[in-house]
Amino acid sequence: MIRTALSALLSHWWRNPLQLFTLLAGLALATALWSGVQAVNMEARASYDSAAATLGEAGYDQLVSSDDQPIPLATFVALRRAGWLVSPVIEGQINGVRVIGIEPLTAPRGLGPVDLAGGADIGAFLSGQGQVFGSAETLAALDVDGVVSPDVAPNVAYTDIGVAQRMLNREGEVDLLVIADDQPLKQTALRDVAPDLIRRAAAAGSDVGKLTDSFHLNLTAFGLLSFAVGIFIVNGAIGLAFEQRRPVVRTLRALGVPLGTLIGLIAVELMLMALVAGIIGVALGYVIAGLLLPDVAATLNGLYGASVAGTLQLRPSWWISGLAIALGGTGVAAAGALWQLSRMPLLAAAQPRAMAMAAGRRAKVQGGLAAILLIGALVLAATAQGLVAGFAMLAAMLIGAALGLPIILSAVLAFCSNRARGVVAQWFWADTRQQLPGLSLALMALLLAMAANVGVSTMVSSFRLTFVGFLDQRLSSELYVTAADADQARQITTGIAPEVDAILPIQSITTPVAGVPTDVFGTRIHDTYRDNWILLDSLDRPWDQVATGTAILINEQLFRRAGLKVGDTVTLGDVLLTIVGIYGDYGNPIGQAVIDEHLFAQMYPDVGPLRFGVRIAEAEVPRLRAILRDDVGVPDAQMINQAGIKAFSLGVFDRTFVVTTALNVLTLAVAGFAILMSLLTLATMRVPQLAPAWAVGVTRSQLGRLEVIRAVLLALLTAVIALPLGLALAWALLAVVNVAAFGWQLPMYLFPWDYARLFGFAVLAAAIASLWPAIRLARTPPADLLKVFSHER
Amino acid sequence: MNAKIILCALMPFAANAQGFAGLGGDADGFSVPTPAPSFDFPADHGPHDDYRIEWWYLTANLQAEDGTDYGLQWTLFRSALAPESGAGWTAPQLWMGHAAVTTPTDHYVSERIGRGGIGQAGVTADPFSAWIDDWQFSGDWQTMEMTASGTDFAYDMDLIAQGPLIFHGEDGYSVKSAGGQASYYYSQPYFDIAGTLTLPDGDVAVTGSAWLDREWSSQPLAADQTGWDWFSLSFDDGAKMMGFLLRQSDGTAYSSATWIAADGTTMAYPDGAFQAEPLETSETSGATVPTTWRVQLPDRGVDATVTAVNTDAWMQTSVPYWEGPVRIEGSHTGRGYLEMTGYE
Repeated sequence: MIRTALSALLSHWWRNPLQLFTLLAGLALATALWSGVQAVNMEARASYDSAAATLGEAGYDQLVSSDDQPIPLATFVALRRAGWLVSPVIEGQINGVRVIGIEPLTAPRGLGPVDLAGGADIGAFLSGQGQVFGSAETLAALDVDGVVSPDVAPNVAYTDIGVAQRMLNREGEVDLLVIADDQPLKQTALRDVAPDLIRRAAAAGSDVGKLTDSFHLNLTAFGLLSFAVGIFIVNGAIGLAFEQRRPVVRTLRALGVPLGTLIGLIAVELMLMALVAGIIGVALGYVIAGLLLPDVAATLNGLYGASVAGTLQLRPSWWISGLAIALGGTGVAAAGALWQLSRMPLLAAAQPRAMAMAAGRRAKVQGGLAAILLIGALVLAATAQGLVAGFAMLAAMLIGAALGLPIILSAVLAFCSNRARGVVAQWFWADTRQQLPGLSLALMALLLAMAANVGVSTMVSSFRLTFVGFLDQRLSSELYVTAADADQARQITTGIAPEVDAILPIQSITTPVAGVPTDVFGTRIHDTYRDNWILLDSLDRPWDQVATGTAILINEQLFRRAGLKVGDTVTLGDVLLTIVGIYGDYGNPIGQAVIDEHLFAQMYPDVGPLRFGVRIAEAEVPRLRAILRDDVGVPDAQMINQAGIKAFSLGVFDRTFVVTTALNVLTLAVAGFAILMSLLTLATMRVPQLAPAWAVGVTRSQLGRLEVIRAVLLALLTAVIALPLGLALAWALLAVVNVAAFGWQLPMYLFPWDYARLFGFAVLAAAIASLWPAIRLARTPPADLLKVFSHER
Repeated sequence: MNAKIILCALMPFAANAQGFAGLGGDADGFSVPTPAPSFDFPADHGPHDDYRIEWWYLTANLQAEDGTDYGLQWTLFRSALAPESGAGWTAPQLWMGHAAVTTPTDHYVSERIGRGGIGQAGVTADPFSAWIDDWQFSGDWQTMEMTASGTDFAYDMDLIAQGPLIFHGEDGYSVKSAGGQASYYYSQPYFDIAGTLTLPDGDVAVTGSAWLDREWSSQPLAADQTGWDWFSLSFDDGAKMMGFLLRQSDGTAYSSATWIAADGTTMAYPDGAFQAEPLETSETSGATVPTTWRVQLPDRGVDATVTAVNTDAWMQTSVPYWEGPVRIEGSHTGRGYLEMTGYE
């Protein structure tokens, strides 16, 4: 009996291959988007973690040679003997592998291979034979028998500095010296021990982890969003499949198949399908991840200097999570349908009209839920602090809006239906309204996809606009020159002083201000700053106050993280400074502050300025470059025109959002697919309703046209609702999530042209999706339409 | 850098949880002290690379003009991965420096670690200089100079020797267990010391007396010895005494002592003659350790109470231990230093 029942159930799919495809494709796409995003996330995180664990030197200040020459080992020893707690690092490439030599006894905590800490044989590490740590591939590329450490970043090998020097054939040389955080009380000045070395501040972003977290959080949010879209599709597909199989179920039950057996069979059947779709989905996700990863890698690398392997590894964890999502999603979608099935009266027929009526009852519950979620979102919007609350608010808002969508659409359609004149128009509106329950899941998916698109593109574009303005402020000097050493710095300042309008030294040191790691800049107060810097908040004549050496300007990140405000005082070293202004600072993760250059020189005599901004008429720049090159001996590479820096900064910045854009497009495409599938599935069910219309004289091609118009209309209505939702999403991202993740709030700009284009895309997607069902409808053999009247239904 | 690594590296003897207990390892290829040594100075002030472990260990009892007691420590350990000298990065000689200043209320500690082959740390015998990074102890063993600094303290001291070198055990062959483990061990306990301590509250001019220990070996402890309690005591009557207990895992201890009369003549005492008994323990930042002791050397009529100036003289270094100045009361009065290892 079970076999017979199963074959009867399965025969449904043979007769409706399209529906089978809908179900499998919907599930597979949902799984693909989810697992693809997860894969990118995990891969980036894994690479990033190992990079962070093994590559700690960027987190420390460093001494580097001012002329790019290697540092002699003797200089390292001399510095140690002068009280400088520094540790040597040497780096080089062998067979494409970055070989890093460290000195484990002097290295600050956190530098070096993680495995070494696990009680590794330090004697072996230090001895002349020396161990090499790296992944198996890396060690193979180096052709050494090393210690296999999967945690070391890809293409990086760690070994003792002595071994590295020998491998790289650079005995007695060091590339840089890492400066430990805690230095002794007594120390000879750097310029007296090693005048050729300059101190380089720790890489901007000692809290890189926090930043990349926010990036991953964005990706995860997108993953969830796309999964939600996918679940809507799956839910729709399964619901419709059940609806269509009601006659089969009814017949089987009438023939004596117990309800329990039937439900069990359907459940097993669905789970098998979910498994197949899940496997396809994970494989598809792998492809998506493979396509996205290079951009993610480039983004992380460009923005945060975190190195990410450009290739994917198949990790069991995302196979499992992908399949679990597919099975879970199907389970959730099927549970409701199975429950309905179990309560279905034995002889009930599939009746779309009845379905619509039932939907009307459900609508009340759904409406109530939507209202609760939207109110929750409003409350959170007013009170939310922090990343988690921000995302909770986003989730409440999006789900609430999605649930509310059918109700709003239904109301609009009812309104139109009441106002409609003419038989065809009235029938059109009524019929559209009746189809709504079948289409609403696809429309919800479209709503979410569009809202995400509006929201994220608004955020990205606002971000970019603000950032460009910020670059204009910040890169106000026409030429930037970097000196090789203190001597050359002097030559530059004296050599070009008569030629230029102003020379603005750029010097900084990383030090905590109010407990927050901060880059403190010693700045020559000049009209350039007065004219170009926009202060978010300030006291009277802030720059003049800074110039007196008693005041400080801080960036928005420091202002928010340390909870400071204008008029507060902070101590820097032992100097008490009044905060006289707060400036916007986009593109820099950590705190920043500006003090007067004389005060800076007094407090940090070892940090001389080596970079200079030069104010000069734009046309004079080439002449000045020539003077610097020929008279002072500054190589071209050390001079950068402002335009070049801007282009570079924008380039790095734009890559950040390539991934976001790609995901946007994918989500929209999936939503379009959902509409197509819903319409296709509905098409066969709708023949009984269309047949009377045809019988009273509406032609098949007219019916087909109406079909397209309906889809476009619904898409347009959805788009109209998606716009404010998207803008709310953008606001939440800019004002809540950004502040929590990056520490800055961005002004929100509107981009009507983008929205119009998006409208166009949505309508186009709906039109294309409805085209095929419409054509099929137009070509329905009249015999099929006639059958309706003779058929039992 | 994980402290455990340094511990494993620098203290081959401390690789197990017992810390100092591993000092009783095999000598594997290293030289072992033999009885009746003949020292060759100044060469023997320098390093003995064919022995596994060696130290230059100075402690000082200091006083400021206002009468406040201070303690000071300057230590350089040499630890060899192999019994070779060598040069460059491959040299198997590792060095570790400990410096500390103890006040009645605070204890400042700093540690430095480095490799011998590249010049970051080392000892030369003639002219004598011992250094690691910017820390230095140098001179001709009559007048000497000593500096060290940490993140929150520094000192700069001048020393003048006022007496001869003292040899412990049998002419410098100091037996450490019933099984015969031994080290070479001599001291210069007669330094007058004066200089400046730089502390968070400012500079303090101090004077006092210092005691320098020199010791080297390859397996100074027996396998069942878990740590030691070591006393260097300078009595107000001019006599001095060095005594230690090597605690054994069965609860007993192996003791040894050297009596240094005011005229500089010495007398070594075998196991059992010197006794030390904890009277009070204190919670420190590390372990709970005895900080008041009753010490006895009945043969010399010594029955005194030794009390820590600052009970929390815990050395939070790679291998943690307790080291600090003490006051002596009872049959004899005076000042001294106490070192306790192997407390967990």
